[in-house]
Amino acid sequence: MLVAVTLFGVALLLATACFAALAGARPWASAAVYGICALMSAIGLVCAGFGIGAPPSVISLPLGLPTIGMHFRIDALAAVFLAVVDLGGLVASLFAIGYGRRERDPQKVLPFYPAFLAGMNLVVIADDAFAFLLSWEFMSLMSWALVVSHGRIHENLRAGLVYILMASLGTLLLLPAFALLAGSAGQFAFSAMRAHGPNSTVALAVLSLALIGAGSKAGIFPLHAWLPLAHPAAPSHVSALMSGIMTKVAVYVFIRIAFDLVGPVDWRFGMAVIAVGGITALLGVLYALMQHDLKRLLAYHTVENIGIIFVGLGLALVFRADGMLAAAALAASAALFHVFNHSLFKSLLFFAAGAVQNATNTRDMDKLGGLIRVMPKTAIAFLIGAAAISALPPLNGFASEWMVFQAIFLSSNLPQWGLRLLTPSCGAVLALSAALAAACFVKAFGATFLGRPRSDEAKTAKETDKTSILAMYILVAICVFAGIAPFVFIALLAPAVNLLTAGAMQVHPLIPWQPLVPVAGSHNSYSGLVILVCLIAAIAATALFVHLFANRITRRSDIWDCGHPEDNPLTQYTAASLAQPIRRVFASVLFHARETVDMPAPGDTRAAHFCVTMRDPAWDKFYVPPAKLVGYLADRINPLQYLTIRRYLGIVFLTLVLLLMVLAIWE
Amino acid sequence: MLVMQIAQTVLAVAVAPLLTGMVRKVKARLQYRTGPSVFQPYRDLSRLFTKETVVAHNASWLFCAAPTFVFAATWVAAAQVPTISFDVALSPAAELIALFGILTSARFALALAGLDIGTSFGGIGSSREVMIASIAEPAILMLIFVLALVAGSTRLTDIAFFVASPSVGLRISLLLAFVGLAMIAIAESGRIPVDNPATHLELTMVHEAMVLEYSGRHLALIELAAALKLLFYVSLISAVFVPWGIAPSGGTFVQYIIAMTLYLFKLAVAAATLAFFEISIAKMRVFRVPHFIGAALMLVLLAALLRLVSQSF
Amino acid sequence: MIPLVPDIAHFLAGLLVLLSFVQLYQSRLPPLISIFAAQSLALATFVAWQAQIQHAPHLVITAGITLIFKVMIIPLALHGLIRSLKIHRTVETVVGIGPAMMTGMALVGLSMALMMRTSAAVDVVVREDIAFALSVVLLGLLMMVTRRNAVSQAIGFMSLENGLVLAGTGAKGMPLVVEISVAFSVLIAFIVVGIFIFRIRERFDTVDIAVLDRFRGERP
Repeated sequence: MLVAVTLFGVALLLATACFAALAGARPWASAAVYGICALMSAIGLVCAGFGIGAPPSVISLPLGLPTIGMHFRIDALAAVFLAVVDLGGLVASLFAIGYGRRERDPQKVLPFYPAFLAGMNLVVIADDAFAFLLSWEFMSLMSWALVVSHGRIHENLRAGLVYILMASLGTLLLLPAFALLAGSAGQFAFSAMRAHGPNSTVALAVLSLALIGAGSKAGIFPLHAWLPLAHPAAPSHVSALMSGIMTKVAVYVFIRIAFDLVGPVDWRFGMAVIAVGGITALLGVLYALMQHDLKRLLAYHTVENIGIIFVGLGLALVFRADGMLAAAALAASAALFHVFNHSLFKSLLFFAAGAVQNATNTRDMDKLGGLIRVMPKTAIAFLIGAAAISALPPLNGFASEWMVFQAIFLSSNLPQWGLRLLTPSCGAVLALSAALAAACFVKAFGATFLGRPRSDEAKTAKETDKTSILAMYILVAICVFAGIAPFVFIALLAPAVNLLTAGAMQVHPLIPWQPLVPVAGSHNSYSGLVILVCLIAAIAATALFVHLFANRITRRSDIWDCGHPEDNPLTQYTAASLAQPIRRVFASVLFHARETVDMPAPGDTRAAHFCVTMRDPAWDKFYVPPAKLVGYLADRINPLQYLTIRRYLGIVFLTLVLLLMVLAIWE
Repeated sequence: MLVMQIAQTVLAVAVAPLLTGMVRKVKARLQYRTGPSVFQPYRDLSRLFTKETVVAHNASWLFCAAPTFVFAATWVAAAQVPTISFDVALSPAAELIALFGILTSARFALALAGLDIGTSFGGIGSSREVMIASIAEPAILMLIFVLALVAGSTRLTDIAFFVASPSVGLRISLLLAFVGLAMIAIAESGRIPVDNPATHLELTMVHEAMVLEYSGRHLALIELAAALKLLFYVSLISAVFVPWGIAPSGGTFVQYIIAMTLYLFKLAVAAATLAFFEISIAKMRVFRVPHFIGAALMLVLLAALLRLVSQSF
Repeated sequence: MIPLVPDIAHFLAGLLVLLSFVQLYQSRLPPLISIFAAQSLALATFVAWQAQIQHAPHLVITAGITLIFKVMIIPLALHGLIRSLKIHRTVETVVGIGPAMMTGMALVGLSMALMMRTSAAVDVVVREDIAFALSVVLLGLLMMVTRRNAVSQAIGFMSLENGLVLAGTGAKGMPLVVEISVAFSVLIAFIVVGIFIFRIRERFDTVDIAVLDRFRGERP
């Protein structure tokens, strides 16, 4: 029933896509399409809500491959991710009702947007390899179309090229993963895969393929390279969906394969996932710190959060392999809760960045500044999103990172030495990346919204429209609520966690004062609500004291700045200069950051130049060599284009004979 | 239960300026100066509170709200440390990670406030503050990990209670953790050699550069928050490493008196030690600070390593 | 008070490792010498404590030797030496402090793992003391490898020797002869190094041993 309703919603979304293609650039089309999308996402969200506690709901359609058909299923895990997808879709569509009005080529965005939403829904509810891969490719293609929708900018076309290559790579790896899971009998339905688990060698191969295949879409290091190019290139509501939601769909795929389809997983693989997650988190935030394009900074920052999620998942795998079910449930809850949280605040931040871009026509933070005075509502929304993503209590980002840290603390009971040493180091790395994230958002918020405006556009910007603000504040409200009442969401996640780890955290969804406790009987508790109440009480006490006893006269005056303020706003600290100390400490080794100063001699009126150069180790090590190899091979193969027909036939004949020989020897 | 919580909350804010005053006094005596009275910080604060507040024309609401928030958050954190009684009613709400998280929130707000006016001093302060904080964070987490390994809990009252119990004895991991925490405390509360709270108009300053535009009641709140932060770290060190004398929950009046005396004595010792350390060392270059905090991280990592190897460390 | 007995030995042994790390961190010579003196003092206390709990009076002699030579005479002589050579303001490191500390951590981990593996049958406390001693030895070696200055190399060597004494006295039954010979070897080494420092100083006007490579024709 639930899955049927969801599929119906998906079908309507696809119909909307066709309708949008027909409607083209008519002025009313945008509001209509986004309105329908919002409605359909709301339906999906309701279905997901009902699906969370309910027994799995299954349907098979007589479509697709003849004997197999297509299976769809909503179980607790799918319901959680369906909720993430549809909540994200709902607010993104709401935001787009206002934001999309200013789109220059709506006919290039509108048809693909509903189709993209439909694709993400389908991936989450797919229950056989065929339906899954089809939806996965569909989702990739639609998002690619959205990435290149502003194709006039050369950079966007390059982003599209890199993206489609990486998406193909991902599918290319997931294909053999499912083939191995299906086994020689060709059991493509997930239920059949679950029933006969692969042996350990095959399982390791499947897991590695899934980690790389799904990880390339999620953005684990070093497969993240497409993500900061592609996400900012799309319109902002699509960026929010790609960065906040589509990466989570990829995480879903990894969870589905590693926790559900493969069966028991060796702890060594969990250890590899933890290591990959730690590296991804640290490098992601360091990359983000080096950016001055607001949307690109946000996109890189997604990489960091994906790292945190993978650390949580790796811990869950490890704990499960060692039979520590309570700890495994904690780690899995942390990962899923962070999935949910990140989808909220990353969408929120992209919305705010989109509002800024629309108001000022630039994403370069070095041309912005002072927007808190002209766009106060957007500024508050961005500030809360930034505080949440920087893991500051009492917001939701802190709650999920806190759970990850508590899971890391439980690792000292693990029997394996390697894990006992690796996991705390990984905790230190996560703490470093959390602090760097705070630095990163001090920089992002400070350079964009604070200080004096660095350009006329920033000075004359106008506050964004009401529906966009509504969409942002819905997310703000959920962020705050999830921060002070995390137990509500953890209780909602419990069935899914139970599915993954055969355990669940002990929470009661309806007691507001209860602290969050990592495992039963532990004293390590945290309560966002109490902290918030304490903060409010302390603020009230302070305000009362100031009101009663302090001199309340406030005089406005010129800037002090130690007596020599500089009038030119370009002399302010920029995004690059804010990150300079951190760049010197970390990036000089990691990214080969070098500063060159060209200072003219005294008396020379030539302008001085300061230049920072950085190299991306991921590109240098992982992308350039294969690209060179491909170029070299292509040069070698090139002569094959100029053969005679007789030779071509000869090649075809030889290949045929060779394949037949292989077949003969094989059996 | 609640009474002692309120008492410790009020006590924190009441003795914070005293601690700062004691540090300054001892420092002055060590430098053969008379120095102002230990109660001078109270007079400074009351003077600042009665002056009018000057705010730049382009300051936003964030600039005016930040001091209150920074003070409130630091206060909430400082109130959770058991100083004279193990009765900390709020301790289930915030174990150590959350406690440091609250301080991070305060720092986040202050760093943003430093950028609000758009001056170069504010920027230099904020960018250095977040750099120092980002390096200190892993050391803090490892420290909490070590304490959790030793005491089996990350709740501060549990740790203090455990260390106070006779079963602990001398532990090398605790020694390493102590040195690490002391170094972190110096870096985080902006003391020499990482930052110099007594200076203005110097390019190496961090905290003072961030708050340069503040005056009047705003500045008073920020100064009080800085004093509270120092008190937080001193109380944390004394609660974790020398918790003796803290009254058990439901203690008698005499026990509280003893606890109070001992606490003031601990503060005096800490002030003297800090002052002695500060006069015997020079301020570091900013880019030496990562080495300093990196060494603290290494020490707590070593403690964690030893503790993981064997319970007897 | 019985449970505290192994604790104190442990604590002092750990203190030695900690001071080795402080030596690695310190890049100026006068504090480095003082830290070495402090480490030797910790060692002397450790040995004296061992003499108490093992009822081995000859260890008191070892403690006395350590106290007189390594805590007083050698540090004072070194202080005088660097002052007379006017190198007491030198700051030097070859490998950066961060990598050196990281390597030090790895070395401690290595010695722990090694001791866990090779001496599983021995008493736990002794085993861990020996692991500490090995760490001190390795850290001393690391110090000698990472430093350029002949004085800090000498300190690294003597700190290494502190590790040897720690190993010898932590376990029961090390004969006094060995102790004395070790102590004298250090003294001789100190004299040799002192003369060596003077000689290269006279000849090259620096105590940077890199110039010796050039002198031997290894570098242009």
